[in-house]
Amino acid sequence: MTSSADALRAEAARRILIKDGAYGTAIQGAGLAAADYCGSIGLTRDQKGNNDLLCLTRPDLIASICEAYVEAGADVLGTNSFNANRISQADYGAEELVPEMNVAAARIIREVADRYSDKDGRRRFVAGALGPTNKTLSLSPDVNDPGFREVDFDTVKATYREQAQALLEGGADFILIETVFDTLNCKAAIMAALDLAPIMVSMTLTDLSGRNLSGHTVEAFWASVRHARPITIGLNCSFGAAQLRPHLAALSAQADTLIMAYPNAGLPNELGQYDEAAEQTAAQVGEWVDDGLVNIVGGCCGTTPAHIAAIARKVAHRTPRVAPPAPRRTVLAGLEPMVLAA
Amino acid sequence: MNATADTSAANAATAFVNIGERTNVTGSARFKKLVLAGDYDAAVEVARQQVENGAQVIDVNMDEALLDGELAMTTFLKRIAAEPDIARVPVMIDSSKWTVIEAGLKCVSGKPIVNSISLKEGEAVFLEQARLVRGYGAAVVVMAFDETGQADTAQRKVEICERAYRTLTDDGFPAEDIIFDPNVFAVATGIDEHRRYAIDFIEAASEIRRRCPGAHISGGLSNLSFSFRGNEPVRRAMHSVFLYHAIPAGMDMGIVNAGQLDVYDQIDPELRDACEDVILDRREDATERLIALAERFKGTDEVAEKAAAEWRSLPVAERLSYALVKGIDAHIVEDTEEARQQATRPISVIEGPLMDGMNVVGDLFGSGKMFLPQVVKSARVMKKAVAHLLPFIELEKDEGAKGKGRIVMATVKGDVHDIGKNIVGVVLQCNGYEVVDLGVMTPWTKILETARETDADIIGLSGLITPSLDEMVTVASEMERAGMSLPLLIGGATTSKAHTALKIAPAYSGPVIHVLDASRAVGVASALVSDGPQRAELIDGTARDYQALREARARGGPQDRVTLEEARANRFRADPAGKAPDPYRPGSHKFADWPLRDLRAHIDWTPFFRAWELHGTFPAILDDPVVGESARGLYRDAEAMLDRIVAEHWLTARSAVGLWRCWRDGDDVLVLAGNEPVRVPFLRQQVRKREGRANMCLADFIMEEGEDWIGGFALGIHGAEPHLDRFKAANDDYSDIMLKALADRLAEALAERLHHHVRTYLWGYAEEHLSNQELIRERYAGIRPAPGYPASPDHSLKPILFDLLGGAPADLQLTESFAMMPTAAVSGFYFGHADSAYFGVATIGRDQLEEYAKRRGVDVEQAERWLRPNLD
Repeated sequence: MTSSADALRAEAARRILIKDGAYGTAIQGAGLAAADYCGSIGLTRDQKGNNDLLCLTRPDLIASICEAYVEAGADVLGTNSFNANRISQADYGAEELVPEMNVAAARIIREVADRYSDKDGRRRFVAGALGPTNKTLSLSPDVNDPGFREVDFDTVKATYREQAQALLEGGADFILIETVFDTLNCKAAIMAALDLAPIMVSMTLTDLSGRNLSGHTVEAFWASVRHARPITIGLNCSFGAAQLRPHLAALSAQADTLIMAYPNAGLPNELGQYDEAAEQTAAQVGEWVDDGLVNIVGGCCGTTPAHIAAIARKVAHRTPRVAPPAPRRTVLAGLEPMVLAA
Repeated sequence: MNATADTSAANAATAFVNIGERTNVTGSARFKKLVLAGDYDAAVEVARQQVENGAQVIDVNMDEALLDGELAMTTFLKRIAAEPDIARVPVMIDSSKWTVIEAGLKCVSGKPIVNSISLKEGEAVFLEQARLVRGYGAAVVVMAFDETGQADTAQRKVEICERAYRTLTDDGFPAEDIIFDPNVFAVATGIDEHRRYAIDFIEAASEIRRRCPGAHISGGLSNLSFSFRGNEPVRRAMHSVFLYHAIPAGMDMGIVNAGQLDVYDQIDPELRDACEDVILDRREDATERLIALAERFKGTDEVAEKAAAEWRSLPVAERLSYALVKGIDAHIVEDTEEARQQATRPISVIEGPLMDGMNVVGDLFGSGKMFLPQVVKSARVMKKAVAHLLPFIELEKDEGAKGKGRIVMATVKGDVHDIGKNIVGVVLQCNGYEVVDLGVMTPWTKILETARETDADIIGLSGLITPSLDEMVTVASEMERAGMSLPLLIGGATTSKAHTALKIAPAYSGPVIHVLDASRAVGVASALVSDGPQRAELIDGTARDYQALREARARGGPQDRVTLEEARANRFRADPAGKAPDPYRPGSHKFADWPLRDLRAHIDWTPFFRAWELHGTFPAILDDPVVGESARGLYRDAEAMLDRIVAEHWLTARSAVGLWRCWRDGDDVLVLAGNEPVRVPFLRQQVRKREGRANMCLADFIMEEGEDWIGGFALGIHGAEPHLDRFKAANDDYSDIMLKALADRLAEALAERLHHHVRTYLWGYAEEHLSNQELIRERYAGIRPAPGYPASPDHSLKPILFDLLGGAPADLQLTESFAMMPTAAVSGFYFGHADSAYFGVATIGRDQLEEYAKRRGVDVEQAERWLRPNLD
């Protein structure tokens, strides 16, 4: 069988591929109690909200969400492992479960993917998801001490390495570094995963001027992560599709690789809920496709299988973006890019 | 942040990259001292200056035996990561120790450059380090160094670089991320083997670029001129000449002192040739000749300083004239003293050389060859000279010397604005007038008294806010009552020829003349003090002019106005769909110290130049063929002062915001800031509108039915006084006016920033991504009309607004005419409705005046005083 990366590229050359949507929304909908999260695992702290733990305690629920997305048309399936790393799990006192959690996270999705592929012959891809962790390498949490850092590069790198290895052991095809708000965290993740598997990178913007939390513009970000030779680069979360568009266009014009983007279902309302209708999200995403900005599209916060199905309908039979050729020039970056002619 | 513009600029590929060298302990003694002392705050400022001076990359080097290199490197890199205006450029992590480099790589989030690795310890170590560099996502400088040593000849440089290139690219290292440093060595050392070092570098550079496609060439320039350390002019000339030849050969990066490179064409030709002889190894005796020549350039700095030295050898009278015209105050006291000793009487220094110099300035200004900022600088020099002479003149008890004439100037009672008045004062002084400046908030008694006591020839009144117009009428009436006959000049932003003709001139039988700006002041003053016919011509001409204006106005009759009732019937009906949502963060918000750095980035410069009577739009004005040079000089000085304002925190930007529930009651808005609603009355346009145009009132932007929201704000720039006192004491009007003008700009910038913060965060109804230019053009939804400005012309709303904001918001005080103190201040209301827009109320009818008085709970006379500018 061809390698996952080659297969993904070949398929993406033919059509717009679909990534799945959010798990959080569906898990919320299941109305779980603390005991459901914890299952029979003896953890002392309250586990309510530890969605990653459900890979161990409610694999049936995670599998059913995944199935719903596959039924909706998803080709690229992310694992439910956004916070399944030692730094984030420390909040739940569940650090020791990190390897098992990730092996299970990947296994569940792998099983669903293979089951459907066997049925219809269409290959599905499993993207082992690494979240940003809840610590940042570029910023000081103490305003009075700008040189202070809560965590160091080697710790973040080791944390990601543990998670990436477990995800790959469970059957993930790729490592997806997603929701990158700190470029240096992302660079640590790249360092951790570079020799393990093909990498996908997805940045998140924290303000409408198009920068992430560490202050990088999309072009500076691309310059800072291009050494990962990622099979996809893109944007997720941030805001709704409409607000992402100009930044996606900037990235799309520069990146000599596939573009994957999965926005939220619009902006949250006053109650913090996403209420953009499926057709509305799909229409916005459809515009990206019309403009040739993307290769893979899906959903982030607030999206449901209905959103993914609507997107899949919208982009079916549309022409995928063609990546620009690799430019022969040097791009360095601070928070902004600096270009030297080669 | 204006990301779009920045990136597009950055995306234009750069031909030669300046790498800042000042944050290098091996190259900068000052930086080393700061880091050794652990003063990272100051060390960070060194980096900032580098970027401000044009460094496109900053080189950071902590290789010093007394330092823990890894700790110093990581500490410093983390610190600059927290400074967006430094962190925007890439970093070059510079060390001879790999452990320091790797520690640095773990702290840098963009794509940095590693400086350097080499084949010194063989291919295995080289490749291992290169792979790590790549893994960390960095570019790399490769030194031309191999197992046998550093490359000196062109051939060795090329061989080693080519070998390194093949080794790296075969391993997958991207060619475009390789930067070669083929070693810049010292020339002109007196050692024969060193003679070809520069030319070897240049030749090697071009060959390496040919053989290693995609790679770059860099080098540290300071080595080159090592034998001339201590002689900056020669070192700089050598660096410029070297780059002039090395850049076309393919050198596209260099570690330089950004901002300290001479322009090749502007180097002294003799020095340039001598440098060229050395660098290109053109003569046997090139080194000897440069060494001999170097002595002559030692201590002199630029070409300009050579010229500077020349004027110092002129006779003293010419030196004084030169200093005045050029605005140089460095030697003015010693030169004045020299002139005094030569003169028979101290006063004749003023009447002779100083006035001659000022006459040149006046002529240049009058003929448009010199502009206000330079004139003010010249005046500073003049004042210093006069200040030195005054004690000697006092000794002689020389009385009655009042130059061409004596003018009493004042900003009237209730008003605190004086930038324009100070400028006029300076210009008059430059032209030989004696100015008695009474400052701000001057009651009429004081003005009349001083005019009498000093036997003044002219009185000049200034004011910025509209109530000052009324106060000027009062001063004119009192002058009439006192039986005075001396001319009265009127100036200031809200004054006008029409107001002067219609309201002030009829109150005073002496000459009354409106002076449009500082450049007209001299002409008017000189006519008024002359004995010739021009005095009568000006006075009679103006009187005729004003009479004609009054008659025209009388013929025009009352403006075509509708009744208040009709105006209300034709009110603006706001679309309910455009109503802004409820604020995310209602209530009051205070910002005690808004970062000046942020405000500085949002300054609207065009009005700043206008304050100095330079007309044009920024930044185009800097390249204006006529005023460009003057504007550039002014801008440079403004930037320099801003550097200090920010770095030394001269000023504090305070503000207060309130977002409150409100209801509409006719043209009033009832605002609920505390327990009881407060009535805020607004005025309505009464001019007859054409079909489809409404008679606007700010209250129209509040929904007629149900509850709505309104906001208020007040802000001020505090802390200028001690600095202004300092400038006054040093007779430095230039800095005095500069600081006031900058404080005004910072206040306006804060008004914009605060409004933006309210729109996008506190009230939070808007999502915006606007550039500073777009902000200046007000391309956003919502307005912030200020009391006293056209949409709500009544200044007396300020006490109501201030009370809503909790009293003395942002520590602002009000004068009896409702001028705000400090003067760099803005206050106003926020309207969020999508259709809200600025308009001018213009004149109103008697019916509205009387009703307004009732709504305000004051008698009609009081309301008349408040609204006079809007009454017929």
